[in-house]
Amino acid sequence: MSHSISLQKTRGAGLSRLQLVLGLMGFIWLSLCVYVIFPDAFGAYQSYITLPAAAAVVAVYVLMFQMWRGSRIAIVGLSLVSFWIMVSVLVPALPLIDPNKPIAPFLSPGSSKDGLTFWLGTDMRGRDILSRALWGSQRILVWGITSTASAYFVGISLGLMAGYLRGWWDEVFSYLTNVLLSFPVMVLLILMLNYLGQSPFNVILAITCSSAPSIMRIVRGLALQERSRDYVHAAQVRGESALWIMVMEIVPNIRGPLIVDACLRLGYTTVAITTLTFLGLGLQPPDPDWGLMIREATSSAMVWKFAYMLIIPSLSITTLILGFNLIADGLRELSLRD
Amino acid sequence: MALLMATVSLLLFAIFDSDQFRKQIAVAELGGFGVAALSEADYTDWIAKRGLDAPFLERYVSWVGQVFQGNLGHSLEYNMPVSSLLADRLTSTGILAFFFFLAMVPIAFTLGIVAGIKEGGLLDRIISIGSVVSTSIPQIATAVLLTVFLSLGLGWLPSKSAMVAGFSMKELVLPILTLLIYDVGYVARMTRASMIEVMSSNYIRTATLKGLSSAKVILRHAVRNALIVPVTLVFLQLNWLLSHIVVVEVFFQYNGFGQMLYNAAMYGDIEVLQAAALTASMVAVVSQLLSDIAYALLNPRLREVK
Repeated sequence: MSHSISLQKTRGAGLSRLQLVLGLMGFIWLSLCVYVIFPDAFGAYQSYITLPAAAAVVAVYVLMFQMWRGSRIAIVGLSLVSFWIMVSVLVPALPLIDPNKPIAPFLSPGSSKDGLTFWLGTDMRGRDILSRALWGSQRILVWGITSTASAYFVGISLGLMAGYLRGWWDEVFSYLTNVLLSFPVMVLLILMLNYLGQSPFNVILAITCSSAPSIMRIVRGLALQERSRDYVHAAQVRGESALWIMVMEIVPNIRGPLIVDACLRLGYTTVAITTLTFLGLGLQPPDPDWGLMIREATSSAMVWKFAYMLIIPSLSITTLILGFNLIADGLRELSLRD
Repeated sequence: MALLMATVSLLLFAIFDSDQFRKQIAVAELGGFGVAALSEADYTDWIAKRGLDAPFLERYVSWVGQVFQGNLGHSLEYNMPVSSLLADRLTSTGILAFFFFLAMVPIAFTLGIVAGIKEGGLLDRIISIGSVVSTSIPQIATAVLLTVFLSLGLGWLPSKSAMVAGFSMKELVLPILTLLIYDVGYVARMTRASMIEVMSSNYIRTATLKGLSSAKVILRHAVRNALIVPVTLVFLQLNWLLSHIVVVEVFFQYNGFGQMLYNAAMYGDIEVLQAAALTASMVAVVSQLLSDIAYALLNPRLREVK
């Protein structure tokens, strides 16, 4: 019963902190999506449409900081991820050199030309690396978060149906999961992108197919545990529909392990997308992207002198993934402490 | 198990039976100017000539028969039978995998056990943080950073592993290190969790209270049980390896299974792609089975029941 009571309490207090955070994160995600998907929708004001999201990033950071104060690891992770989200939100408004404009190739970090200073140097086509690295965060975050969200939507829906409704649903979905999980991830991704063709939408679809099965397995296991709890029985006796019970009763009660898993999975999908771009599948040039930067630099500048072209995108992707993983680790630590 | 294999192979057959992939093969065999230029009449003729207008299930059964006879089709890029290409590339990847497991298993198990002996101790904290960091670096970044520092900077190791001048152990080091950095962290973490669970169990407390030295408690009693789960996990790493070998082999230009799969996908060598996907999924299914068998064999409680 304690579950439903605590649920009632949060609902009674109006907007809970978690709902606020989720709402703000949705707003940040939406404004980034609008910016990336409709590059010309707002004409001259295009560079400024993501600015309100910057305030939301600060708000989310402060709220999360208070929630996770107990874990130093989670705070470090939160700071790393927030940094990159902040960068991706602010980057259109920052006074940066155009990331796709070839100016002077192979300039070393800190040098300047034509009155422009290239703090991190330029790449083999003469594009500013600092600008490309910062812009790259935007693409990776938008597609990484979108495909993780899509995988979660599918995984949670199927997992709840399999775990709560049991019977046929369980048989069919569990078998489907086993079939999809018998492909190594990268093999499945390459195969699907080859079959469907390369576009951002198909990347999302392929990532969903490769990670939804394991999410479904986790959710199914959790739902199986929860369905025999008293609060579920109470809801059944009240005459609630199965959909209401699954979404309004079970989901809030299994959110703890799911949030930890979501952080880890955000890392996995981000890595998968970067790897696909490195392999030349998935997202296409010329827009800046960390995987693409590594791909281009490995094919033309494998010398010690130009190693910065390789190191900068590698460190960018590493810090982002490290952030996600540290958050997951910190949250696990916090949940054990309770 | 067999049902799963049948479903997976049927799925793969159905995907590669689609018009899209068929047309790519047709273009490659007829020598046209791409799929768009292929005329409908030529395509229909080609289908009739290849016998592809037979009923779907009939063709599936005959395809399975062919696969069992080792006939996987013809590689258009290399102009050789897919089976011999596959055998060649699997051997290369097998060598890589062998040395990888040879290094990974002892390192990861030792680190995990040492960390798990005392939860929250200094060693545990160092190893735990280390494993979070090492599993956070994407393979592609590890490959880049190792190449930049060990190869371009210090010049200790060759930056490419194409093995142009015959087999060379030195060229294997960087790809293996790249794979190790991630996976040692992951397996050590799992070993640590298993060890912590065992160390807090009653029988270990009994052994300690009986007056056994802590070395004896750990080596004779704890480790044996703590390693059951990690050993089954090692089999599952085969599935993981098949996925991650692609980017590592492509980056280091190692001529193995992963690069074959990648090239087949990039250059439209459809029958190679099909064979590679089939092999990869079958290896994954078998490794799952092996892992289950290992668990049943190692776990004394399950042994008694039988």
